[in-house]
Amino acid sequence: MKAPPPLTGTFPPPIRYYTMAKAKHWIEPHPQGIYVRPADVWIDPSVPKENAVVTHGHADHARGGHGDVWATPETLAIMGLRYGTEAGTPIGYGEGFERGGVRFSLHSAGHVLGSAQVLMEYQGERVVVTGDYKRRPDPTCAPFALVPCDIFITEATFGLPVFQHPPIAGEIAKIFARLEAEPDSSILVGAYALGKAQRVIAELRRAGWDQPIYLHGAQVRMCELYEELGVSLGELRLVMDTPKEDMRGQIIIAPPSALTDKWSRRLPNPVTAMASGWMRVRGRARQRGVEIPLVISDHADWDELTATIRELAPKETWITHGSEDGLLRWCELHQIKARALAMVGREDGDDG
Amino acid sequence: MRRFAALIDSLVYTRSRNAKLAAISAYLRATPDPDRGWALAALTDSLDFPAVKSATIRNLAGTRIDPELFRLSRHHVGDTAETVALVWPEAEGREQSDPNIDEVVQALSAANRATAPDIVASLLDSLDSNSRYAMLKLAVGGMRVGVSARLAKTAFAQAFDVALDDVEELWHALDPPYEALFQWAEKGGERPDLSATPFFRPFMLSHPFEGDHLDLDQYAVEWKWDGIRVQAVHLGGETRLYSRGGDDISASFPDIVEAFDRDGVIDGELLVRGTDQGGEAASFNALQKRLGRKTVSKKMRQEFPAFVRVYDLLMDGEDDLRLSPWHERRQRLESFVPTLNADHFDLSAVVDVDDFAALEVMRAGARDAAIEGVMLKRRESPYLAGRVTGHWYKWKRDPLNADCVMMYAQRGNGRRASFYSDYTFGCWTQDGELLPVGKAYSGFTDEELKWLDRFVRQNTLNRFGPVREVKKSLVLEVAFDSIHKSKRHKSGLAMRFPRIHRIRKDKPAEEADRIATLQAMIG
Repeated sequence: MKAPPPLTGTFPPPIRYYTMAKAKHWIEPHPQGIYVRPADVWIDPSVPKENAVVTHGHADHARGGHGDVWATPETLAIMGLRYGTEAGTPIGYGEGFERGGVRFSLHSAGHVLGSAQVLMEYQGERVVVTGDYKRRPDPTCAPFALVPCDIFITEATFGLPVFQHPPIAGEIAKIFARLEAEPDSSILVGAYALGKAQRVIAELRRAGWDQPIYLHGAQVRMCELYEELGVSLGELRLVMDTPKEDMRGQIIIAPPSALTDKWSRRLPNPVTAMASGWMRVRGRARQRGVEIPLVISDHADWDELTATIRELAPKETWITHGSEDGLLRWCELHQIKARALAMVGREDGDDG
Repeated sequence: MRRFAALIDSLVYTRSRNAKLAAISAYLRATPDPDRGWALAALTDSLDFPAVKSATIRNLAGTRIDPELFRLSRHHVGDTAETVALVWPEAEGREQSDPNIDEVVQALSAANRATAPDIVASLLDSLDSNSRYAMLKLAVGGMRVGVSARLAKTAFAQAFDVALDDVEELWHALDPPYEALFQWAEKGGERPDLSATPFFRPFMLSHPFEGDHLDLDQYAVEWKWDGIRVQAVHLGGETRLYSRGGDDISASFPDIVEAFDRDGVIDGELLVRGTDQGGEAASFNALQKRLGRKTVSKKMRQEFPAFVRVYDLLMDGEDDLRLSPWHERRQRLESFVPTLNADHFDLSAVVDVDDFAALEVMRAGARDAAIEGVMLKRRESPYLAGRVTGHWYKWKRDPLNADCVMMYAQRGNGRRASFYSDYTFGCWTQDGELLPVGKAYSGFTDEELKWLDRFVRQNTLNRFGPVREVKKSLVLEVAFDSIHKSKRHKSGLAMRFPRIHRIRKDKPAEEADRIATLQAMIG
């Protein structure tokens, strides 16, 4: 993705738009989720609700205990695995349902397997909620669909210009370079259990790595589910079943929390890598003791966030979570009507 | 520039000393002159471009990116140079080049305050993100990649298989990009001529004394002072003060530098005078106030007056005495020191003691604030670079001990990243409150570490980021060299070299020592 042309010279004074005084919109942001009043439906509610549309399976978006749930079949399967929820109503990409005069439909978000954007049409107005999204190709999920809308409700996890995710091939190559330089070591990659882990594995396969890949116990069930849903990941083995010496020169995938855990002592000379968009900042990597920072993210980076708003050119942009100050400022500078929705508790879902 | 940027990043992301050494030596071997010399200078913070300051690059960022977006980004990243490197816009269709370091250094050297912004901007335009970071760090300094001058020299010595002592000697006499140094080390060129330059001579170092007897007819006894080892050099009209690692610390101690006005090279201990000590040498704590400063205020100089307690003479005028035996150097030293400014230089006395038994008694009783123990120096020894056995011994006084209660624990680094290996411990006040008195991360075996780690995990009360607060139930017997007053800590105490001596599983926490007991040990 090309960067936008540099901004030069002086900057116009920012224009701030106030939507507070307006009559209540039919879509209401609340700290615990987005409420669609005419349909009495919540999107990604963080507390149990009667009716919920769930964009994807990460913990900050999907919770157990709702009454009726609408989501993609993949997301329902993931929720079943993680929260033991009963099946809801599966909605494929491009499909939808109607409730209280609102037409809901789900469209691919490119974030993780089954992730969806929600399009709502009501009295001639089109609103899109992205959930989390990215626009880079990902072998483990369908690509982002650009859905024209009047109001674009976007995430902003990486809503600062410092966050630009480099092409993934170069990041994966860092793992191979280290294995070649230190054949007696093992590479321990911290990757979030849903989405990131499978994407890293799939990208390793795509780059030609045909050795078994070793997993921390917490990664196993989600990988199995991905396989069941048609994403092939090659031969996976459990660290616990493998003698230490057999893992020299091998790649191990574990949840980020396990990188400095007692568990890592069973690995031979582990070199710590971490796959996350936060790894772009050196201090962040150092803080976590990461020796190989892999800037791999399932979220849109700054260029993707801003390019998507430019392409869609919605009448209004609402920003749900992340570095909303940065994206809001960018919208102001580009005379784009925008507001931040101050939604809480959405930062710790998937480690970027 | 890309290779240099890759080197910087590999140093950023490893804490292992060996990995750092390997990365630097590989780079030095593979990189041509003068780039490798500039790189070496940049790593050791020996480059200065007066026209390029942190503010220069901050202001520059504001010409390419909205200042508010920059401020938000800077706040997130926490480092100006890195933020600029990350947010600097890469225009479409512009070719990124890979200039060598020399071109960058020449461009930056040519900058004045008026031209610096344009020069830096055009460099930023031509580089990729990692190179931008390396270039900005090279320009404004503060590399912070954990590379001391000593480590860089060691890497240099490893790269070309030359003696570290030689590198240390030559290094300080030469200026970046050190081409003569590479010429000599790599290609066996002529050794650079250093006569009449105030360069650093490697220190003679000592071994710990572990025997039970030494013949005092053969060995002279001196006090071991608890300051920092320095070498003051005055030759060719210039004066320099070097630290133990060979770093030039002249700027931190202008009082010493100004006062040393006689041709020669002396070896001694840098100390400060303390009011509590009646103008005599104060503890290491007081000296710490003056370490690591780039400039020193008049107030600092008055409040913590520095002086050197001299114990050896390497050069008397142009006379190199290093091959002479200790007793001859000592004789020359005794007539040299009295000619120096007495406020800033005095002679470290030779201790008169009858026999070894008397020495043992004397060492055990030494509790002067600035005394760490005794030194034993063979009377016939020349001044030898490095740590050669059989010549100089240090014999520290026995450590002090206190029973303390573990309060907090923190994860270690590297091999110890999965262990809680750094412990903060406290002692009881009169009112039964526990106050921290120190922190230690050594002294235990691997087995004990496993046990301590398990204790921390099973007795955690609270978590504060990487730190865990533990149940106040475990007594640690802590050994330390000395203890001093400190305003930094709530307990008013600071230990020197604390380490875990024993784990006292048998002792109830209430029976650990009191703050008052520790106060009585202040020496």
